[in-house]
Amino acid sequence: MGLNATKVGLDLIRLGHELSFTPEDKARVQQILARYPADRRASAIMPVLWLAQERFEFLSEEAIELTARSIDVPLPEVAAVASFYTMYHLEPVGKYVLQVCCTLSCSIMGAERVFAHMEQKLGIKAGETTPDGKFTLKKVECLASCGSAPMLQINERKFDENLDEAAVDRLLDGLK
Amino acid sequence: MSLNKKLLLFAHIDEPGLGGIDVYKRAYDGYKAVERVIGGKVAPNDIIDLVKASGLRGRGGAGFSTGMKWSFVPKDSPKPRYLVVNADESEPGTFKDRELMAKNPHQMIEGVILASYAIKAHAAYIYLRGEFAWMVPILENAIAQAKAAGYLGANILGTGYDLECHLHLGAGAYICGEETALLNSLEGQRGTPRLKPPFPAVEGLYACPTVVNNVETLCAVPPIVLNGADWYKQWGTEKSAGTKLFSVSGPVKKPGNYEVPLGLPLRALLEEYAGGLKDGYTLKAIIPGGSSVPALLPSQLDTALDYESVAAAGSMVGSGGCVFVDDQVCMVDLALNVTKFYRHESCGKCTPCREGTHWMENILTQIEHGEGTLSQIDELYGICDMILGKSFCALGDAAAMPVMSYIKLFRDEFEFHVREKRCQINRRKAELAPFREAAAAASQV
Repeated sequence: MGLNATKVGLDLIRLGHELSFTPEDKARVQQILARYPADRRASAIMPVLWLAQERFEFLSEEAIELTARSIDVPLPEVAAVASFYTMYHLEPVGKYVLQVCCTLSCSIMGAERVFAHMEQKLGIKAGETTPDGKFTLKKVECLASCGSAPMLQINERKFDENLDEAAVDRLLDGLK
Repeated sequence: MSLNKKLLLFAHIDEPGLGGIDVYKRAYDGYKAVERVIGGKVAPNDIIDLVKASGLRGRGGAGFSTGMKWSFVPKDSPKPRYLVVNADESEPGTFKDRELMAKNPHQMIEGVILASYAIKAHAAYIYLRGEFAWMVPILENAIAQAKAAGYLGANILGTGYDLECHLHLGAGAYICGEETALLNSLEGQRGTPRLKPPFPAVEGLYACPTVVNNVETLCAVPPIVLNGADWYKQWGTEKSAGTKLFSVSGPVKKPGNYEVPLGLPLRALLEEYAGGLKDGYTLKAIIPGGSSVPALLPSQLDTALDYESVAAAGSMVGSGGCVFVDDQVCMVDLALNVTKFYRHESCGKCTPCREGTHWMENILTQIEHGEGTLSQIDELYGICDMILGKSFCALGDAAAMPVMSYIKLFRDEFEFHVREKRCQINRRKAELAPFREAAAAASQV
């Protein structure tokens, strides 16, 4: 398949580890499958990839294989989906993935100045992760919060709006 | 014109606790339409006729008659039918569905129930953009509440009508806002568009009859069903009935979502609703319907915000993402920003869009960096023209239309870039200059 096993993935292979879901995860997989017609298991690919990413932090080759196995869908179909959508991490990421919108309204309102400040403060460029594994900095497309631009999201779970340099400093210093 | 900001969808949008079913029922007469229609066993076709008569048009961008769309579902098909909610709000400049779902999830769910009943569907899927993962608990809670109250699930209100509603989370792909790409994504494939026809109403999800509706469209359904078509038509114009949410962004005093009667002058949206531009800013252009529509000039501020008038002015109501652009923004820079977006989001299925957006970005980057030629401006326009109407889905048009309009309206800025090898003016670059200098100084050490 077209994906390179990442360093962590290779380590796991060397150690002879095969990834597995917990019993709770397995129950979750069954719940996910139940949402779709019985002969449409492929519809579960995206939600189970989300589950695997939540469990293993990123989608290594093993996590993608586990996803395919757990819903009984051919591996190439799962790999094709994992590599198409930008929110699936195929490489290890930091604890906090900072997704900074730099499209249209955010750009007009100063997002790239804020982004440059973040690069300077964290000492990394767009797409990179800090050496301590804490932050991954990403420039992303519109996050539908244009009225409170500039804005960023952290791991799709928390968002901060109307950003300036001071707000970013407070935000980053507050993330432990 | 009197300024009534409490119309319909946003009448009680900031009511505390609106995410809960009790507050929704009290503030919006919530689920009364479901009780009346399903409880009263109103014929599904009557609901379709009512929505058709109301003049409601799809609020996602296309503006197609919602009732007509529903009526295309074959009446005699033995296959299961599906309702799919397009909650993949990703059009730059648009943030209305986000507020509707996060604050008032039950109105959308009630719309889902009514629409599903009208097309005789027993399963509905809400396709939520992946970046809205934080909203999953809000929506799951609302679905669970609706189920517990007997409005969703098996045997709704004891009538024998069953409907299950599921959430499906996307994972970052603008193209999935296109309804056939969304359906492919929901089926577990890469988000690439399908050839039409067959339209989804005939062969949609799992090759079964399917209606795909935008969040705002579905939110308008319960009040229409409850109060009637004529009541809804008290707002808007003859052909653009009702109210529409406009997401206002850019350097205005009060950015945000505003619900306005269709036909409201653009000037009123800017001045009366959004408070005008911030002090010290001068208006240069207006992008009235999301990043993919052509720009308007300040001289066109008296354009009425309805589908026909905005089209006559050379642009589109689109999704209602209204971006006000001030004169410190370089239009070449803005064209490059928007083009990078579409180049990144092009799914790669068809050649005009995949290769065209690549070359658009390539040429715009050269012009932006002072390496372009005058003939390249025409070449860029020509490439846009080869994408427009010739790509597989509307994403290609969305990439081409804004850049063509920027060249038409602001050609002097493109020519200035070529001649002087710099922007006429560019706040963004001026703000970035200190960071560049610091980086350069650091590399010297």
